[in-house]
Amino acid sequence: MPRTIIEKVWNNHIVAERPGAPTLLYIDLHLVHEVTSPQAFSGLRERGLQVRRPDLTIGTTDHSIPTYDRSLPILDEIAGQQISQFEKNCRDFGVPFYGPHSEKQGIVHIIGPEQGLTQPGMTVVCGDSHTATHGAFGALAFGIGTSQVEHVLASQCLLQTRSKTYEVRVEGTLRPGVAAKDIILNLISRIGIGGGTGCVFEYAGSAIRSLSMEERMTICNMSIEAGARAGLVAPDDTTYQYLSGRPYAPQGAGWERALALWRGLPSDPGATFDKRIDIDASSLEPMITFGTNPGMGIPITAPVPDPSSMNDPLERDSLGKALRYMDLPSGRPLLGHPVNVVFIGSCTNSRISDLRAAAEIFKGRKVNPKVRVMVVPGSQLVKKQAQAEGLDRIFKDAGADWREAGCSMCIAMNGDQLSPGEYSVSTSNRNFEGRQGKGGRTFLASPLTAAAAAVTGVVTDVRTLI
Amino acid sequence: MEKFEPLTSRIAVLASDNIDTDQIIPARFLKTTSKAGLGDQLFFDWRYDADGNPRPEFLLNKPEGRAAQVLLAGDNFGCGSSREHAPWALLQYGFRAVISTSFADIFRGNALKNSLLPIAIPSVAHKALLQAAATDPAATVTVDLATQTLQLPDGSSVEFPIDPFAKHCMLEGIDELGYILQQDAAIAAYESQRPLTVNTLG
Repeated sequence: MPRTIIEKVWNNHIVAERPGAPTLLYIDLHLVHEVTSPQAFSGLRERGLQVRRPDLTIGTTDHSIPTYDRSLPILDEIAGQQISQFEKNCRDFGVPFYGPHSEKQGIVHIIGPEQGLTQPGMTVVCGDSHTATHGAFGALAFGIGTSQVEHVLASQCLLQTRSKTYEVRVEGTLRPGVAAKDIILNLISRIGIGGGTGCVFEYAGSAIRSLSMEERMTICNMSIEAGARAGLVAPDDTTYQYLSGRPYAPQGAGWERALALWRGLPSDPGATFDKRIDIDASSLEPMITFGTNPGMGIPITAPVPDPSSMNDPLERDSLGKALRYMDLPSGRPLLGHPVNVVFIGSCTNSRISDLRAAAEIFKGRKVNPKVRVMVVPGSQLVKKQAQAEGLDRIFKDAGADWREAGCSMCIAMNGDQLSPGEYSVSTSNRNFEGRQGKGGRTFLASPLTAAAAAVTGVVTDVRTLI
Repeated sequence: MEKFEPLTSRIAVLASDNIDTDQIIPARFLKTTSKAGLGDQLFFDWRYDADGNPRPEFLLNKPEGRAAQVLLAGDNFGCGSSREHAPWALLQYGFRAVISTSFADIFRGNALKNSLLPIAIPSVAHKALLQAAATDPAATVTVDLATQTLQLPDGSSVEFPIDPFAKHCMLEGIDELGYILQQDAAIAAYESQRPLTVNTLG
């Protein structure tokens, strides 16, 4: 019977199936960071357990780490203690990690692919909901809670029930000024933030095939914002070219053996999915969110929807509440709305291609004096690459702040944050109330759209600048 | 894990859809390395004003909110971040169950592993319960996990689904990790035939 890639990867990782219990599933790669692992390591100590497979585990510091100069001490004592505890936990249990001073430090979902650790057909987990990023390689990658972080540390396994399969078919060619981010924001705006609950997405179609690995990562990254457990793209030559030669990618004969396995992963012709949606890439415009969840997104030229047009009372209330929090009128586009802060970064959009795209807009222009702009590379290696290309100079010359790698203002727990009432255009993944700082208001968009707002000072259709 | 016993309780109502885990516990409280104190930070930015003083009008600051062991919320509760601090905070505040029409996957899994019961009921029953709570704030519900039933204030009952394994663990107070570790032989057998993919130590 024809099978989807989702079923193939799942079946390859079944350790045990017993009546009355979920499947025991093997995990190939476990990524850990300082925020969701401390209580899991404490649990291991309390039970007298070891990490079963430190060789399949890697740690990094990203969430609470400051993005100012790393030679300076960490000012936030509690964050500093969390980072020290994380380093101690990794040392005590033999888990390799990239500390604050490592040249490989970065956001957990940036470093896995960058190092070649993330590979097709793997199961990848992390105590972070954006783990689906790794699905871009044809891996089944999903976020877990701290109890499950402890389960994987102790056993390299998880008890899991099979998800439904959901095909997201994107055909056609993106127009200039429209980015991968706009595809995923469009999907979420159409099916809603619960539309993928209980499902794993497979992103397919000609538009997905023509995307680079970094663009595919942007799309898979936000699968969770539509409620999906995971989202993946079948591997192809683009995947193999990206992986080849990376530090942890297979070499020599191992590479050939791996390729043979990987080429068998794509969904078989005739494989069926539980659900399906079609998106016409050529009809997409740059997207922007106006509300307080990632499903509240519109094409940048479209008006903000009117709560009184909604039939369901809870939906009407939710939209009204969102617009009150955002202090926005309905019925007209966001174009021209003043912006206080622009954030370019996060596991969604902090890879080198994102920085190159933003730099194209900044080149020869100045940041609007009313706007504070932070550009935060996803990893120290992305930072190094950007500097080698002179992108840092472009950002700095324009008046943007060029920072050290980390999650930064995406989650705003490291001091990088909005002040109450401020508006940001952000390349991150969540616009929840207070997500970027208590009282802060977030418009999610692509790096192009964010850079356009940085130079004009208002929400701008980037197509007018290119 | 604590056993989940049947309970009868008043209900605290937060009638919003899509309550995300950033609202349940804001990220700035995740710098802790323990689980202690999270109950005080539950719904922090809704519960306290800019100076950190409790907003008296917010339900969880009122005696009737504090008396409730059951939270009634809108659709897609617990969406967003995977932080298990969300169920830890709800439990520490005093909630034992959350009623909604649906739950985000990761939140549901995290809640079940901590004996916080996610009760998903059909929207008709959900609307009726919202109505009942609005009419009589002292109205109570009875939660019985063994029979998977929620008794509404009018005496009628509605069944709710739960994964049978999670139900068994919650009723008996069984921790999943112990069960997983008992399958060491199966794990070792799987590992012996598994092609080596990466070695993070190498």
